Amino acid sequence: MKVVLENLTKIFPSRNKKSKEDVIAVNDFTIEIPDGKLIGLLGPSGCGKSTALNLLCGLQKPTRGKIFFGEDEVTNLPAENRGVGMVFQNYALYPHLTVLQNIIFPLQNLKGEEKMTKEAMCEKALEVAKLVQIDELMERKPSELSGGQQQRVAIARALVKMPKILLMDEPLSNLDARLRLQTREEIRRIQRETKITTIFVTHDQEEAMSISDMIIVMKDGVIHQTGKPQEVYDDPKNLFVAKFLGTPPINVFQGCVKAERLYIGDAAVLDVKGVEDRQVYIGIRPEGFVLDENGPLVCKLDEVEVMGRDITVVSKHDLCENVEIRSIISSENMAEVGTEMVRFTLKPKKVHIFDKVTEERIRF
Amino acid sequence: MDKKDAKAWLYLLPAILFLGVFMVYPLIDVLIYSFEEGYNSASQTSFGVGSYNYSYVLHDPYFLQAIKNTFILVIFTVPISTGLALLISVGLSSIQKLRDLFQTIYFLPYVTNTLAVGLVFMILFKQTPYSDGLVNLVIQFFGGEAVDFIGGPYWAKMFVLCFYTVWVVLPFKILILTSALASVNEQYYNAAKVDGTSRFRIFTRITIPMISPTLFYLIITGFIGAFKAYSDAVALFGTDLNAAQMNTIVGYIYDMLYGNSGGYPSYASAAAIILFTIVLTITCINLLVSKKHVHYA
Amino acid sequence: MSNQNLYEKIEKSAKNRQRARNVVIYTLLTVWGLVVLFPFYWMVLSSVKSYSAYSSEYIPKFFTLSPTFENYVDAFTTVPLAGYLLNTLIFTVATTAIMLVVTILAAFAFARLEFRGKDMLFTLFLSLMMIPNELVIITNFVTITNLELRNTFMGLILPSVTSVFYIYLLRENFAQIPDQLYYAAKVDGTSDFKYLWKVMIPICKPTIVTVTILKVIECWNSYVWPRLITDDQAYFLVSNGIQEIRENGFGRENIPAMMAAVVVISIPLIVLFLIFHKKIMEGVSRGGTKG
Repeated sequence: MKVVLENLTKIFPSRNKKSKEDVIAVNDFTIEIPDGKLIGLLGPSGCGKSTALNLLCGLQKPTRGKIFFGEDEVTNLPAENRGVGMVFQNYALYPHLTVLQNIIFPLQNLKGEEKMTKEAMCEKALEVAKLVQIDELMERKPSELSGGQQQRVAIARALVKMPKILLMDEPLSNLDARLRLQTREEIRRIQRETKITTIFVTHDQEEAMSISDMIIVMKDGVIHQTGKPQEVYDDPKNLFVAKFLGTPPINVFQGCVKAERLYIGDAAVLDVKGVEDRQVYIGIRPEGFVLDENGPLVCKLDEVEVMGRDITVVSKHDLCENVEIRSIISSENMAEVGTEMVRFTLKPKKVHIFDKVTEERIRF
Repeated sequence: MDKKDAKAWLYLLPAILFLGVFMVYPLIDVLIYSFEEGYNSASQTSFGVGSYNYSYVLHDPYFLQAIKNTFILVIFTVPISTGLALLISVGLSSIQKLRDLFQTIYFLPYVTNTLAVGLVFMILFKQTPYSDGLVNLVIQFFGGEAVDFIGGPYWAKMFVLCFYTVWVVLPFKILILTSALASVNEQYYNAAKVDGTSRFRIFTRITIPMISPTLFYLIITGFIGAFKAYSDAVALFGTDLNAAQMNTIVGYIYDMLYGNSGGYPSYASAAAIILFTIVLTITCINLLVSKKHVHYA
Repeated sequence: MSNQNLYEKIEKSAKNRQRARNVVIYTLLTVWGLVVLFPFYWMVLSSVKSYSAYSSEYIPKFFTLSPTFENYVDAFTTVPLAGYLLNTLIFTVATTAIMLVVTILAAFAFARLEFRGKDMLFTLFLSLMMIPNELVIITNFVTITNLELRNTFMGLILPSVTSVFYIYLLRENFAQIPDQLYYAAKVDGTSDFKYLWKVMIPICKPTIVTVTILKVIECWNSYVWPRLITDDQAYFLVSNGIQEIRENGFGRENIPAMMAAVVVISIPLIVLFLIFHKKIMEGVSRGGTKG
């Protein structure tokens, strides 16, 4: 089911009695989320992601704006009646119930025509449990499960009633690194198999990029950009989005445009056609550097990290905002790395420039 | 014993001394008393050893009356006070406005003198030659017939006693339950809501199991407390509880010990041990039942 | 779409239900609030009605236009109410103080010191928690009588100063203080007693305050033991005093004067409660029992 948000806004009245400033957790969201996709809602912590999720599932009511599931407006519909499934950050498994009892809990809430017999419920629960591969653990209590298993139970419980929409709040944040990789693939697979529109919240851009069909990047309650992960990565709208996506992060330099040429200090690094003279931020992706003995960009070499297929050249430049410049270079070019200084030319496609004041992208 | 040990025992000395004299020794002594037949407190002599004291107590109509009263009190006040406390605590935790005020008011009876406030209850319920008392006037207003709750029929006196007991024990229960309810993680409620759970079902399937250890603790202490009821009855009916047919087991023990009918520590001891046995049995039954139904996190 | 109508209906009924629920909850809470407060109101109201006014009201009035304080004067002059109050004050302060010393020393030994037989002794202490007061009070009565301590403060206070439960409560709290602090103090040459006094007691102040509050409430309201051990009015505590007033009080059934006495003996704890209500409620929920 597709989800449409219209000018959705949530304002929390200020808790601090002295400063009367209200907190705008979600600011004027207008977006259409396509049916059957896996959507990553991405942003730094405290940016209002979880509030957005709570508005979607009905645990909080918006201050303004509307929410549609398909064609129906559900803005003020209580959470109980929305038919969404939700996986909570700490899973919120009922500690006194077994895995099976946890999973069939939502089914026991069904009323009227949807009411199921005990056998049908168990059958259904087993089906979902198989999907998330926990069918061996049905009689255990949550406290007897590992973090990853609890996570799966939580997903099973959210899926069992075949929700129109599945919401996940930081689903991987409580797992260790290895389990995280594995589980995110799992989430991807489950979503593909069930085709339920799934929205998950995360502050980890890698997580969002790797499995989402579409990502929504937000900060301070505002949506900054939406789109397919690769598109957003290649074509960031502003400095924040460019900085937020990608590991290692984009390298940001202070620079300026003079006579349609882009300068970092005195070095003219790139031609930029049709851009007026101005001060800019220059963002260069790690893979945007090419080692070149005569390259215009001269940096002080720190070290070279060999990763096998690639090498990472770590260097420094006075005008770089980052502590260090990380550039990823194919290991075939390793021989060309100098000893004290390193010179680069830049790949135009991997260089983005942003207005110094508005931080908006300037296209060239 | 080296120096370190000696120092530790020195710190413990006052506690051991007090506990030894006023708790351990009496514990042994009370058993001896209860089996010494014909003990005379003046000459401190007895005829011999046997179970006569128990048999006397168990055949004493006053004691049987006390047992009956105590059991009625327990059976009514424990479930009613626990249920009412639960109801009020749930109400309290679902509101924001005035919550602190209500909480403070509800706790007030805890810090008041049972004997003193009991007097107020007495004048509210009592029928005197010059006034029927406020409660009776209310009853008459609704078309009922006035009853003397303090000096009248048994059921009426029992009703006041139960009512006052509930009034006295509720503050503690409300306080404990409210803090137990507040400690349940909000996320469980949110999860249940998103899954379309009705409020009633959330209450029975989530809230109750989550606070079941506290609830169970309150039921056990409630049983123990109610079995030891005494001063509530004195507050309402005066010190001569036997005459009022309102004596409790504990009251019987004290009456045997001291007062108009006093001077029989042997009978008092036997009654005290019978009381202890009853309380122990009920507590064990409670523990057994709880194993099945209480969820310990 | 049809769903839309259904949704609107659900929204509406949810809103109505919420409103109805609030009405029910607030009504329930208010009713119980009145049940709790009414006896207090009645007690104050009756205490300021004159004897003649009170006796002439077949249907008691819910207010009075001519409040009088003569009942309070009566309460202090006709019966030795001031004496009861003073006795209770002495009893409460002395019992609480001795109890604190005994309890803190014992808790410290169990929490901090190492000695042979510690575990066994502590288990023994814990098992004493199960012993109901009613079981030991009989012998204590006989003991105090034999020591000829009836109608003395010693007799009142001595059996009331130990509480295994408070020792347990304090020990648990003391045991939470990290060992490093103790070793650091040892290295600095601090004696055990000084460590207890300067480090442990300040850190565990909240628990000690809790224990003090609970004991004060318990002492102020204690009835059974004082009743057994005193028959001389000069040593009566407020609970026995009020019982005495009720039974032989003012020469006649003078309910307004009785209520004045009730007000007077209730006020100290109520005032204490109103000032410290947060602390007291917190304390009771941590370590109180009364059911």
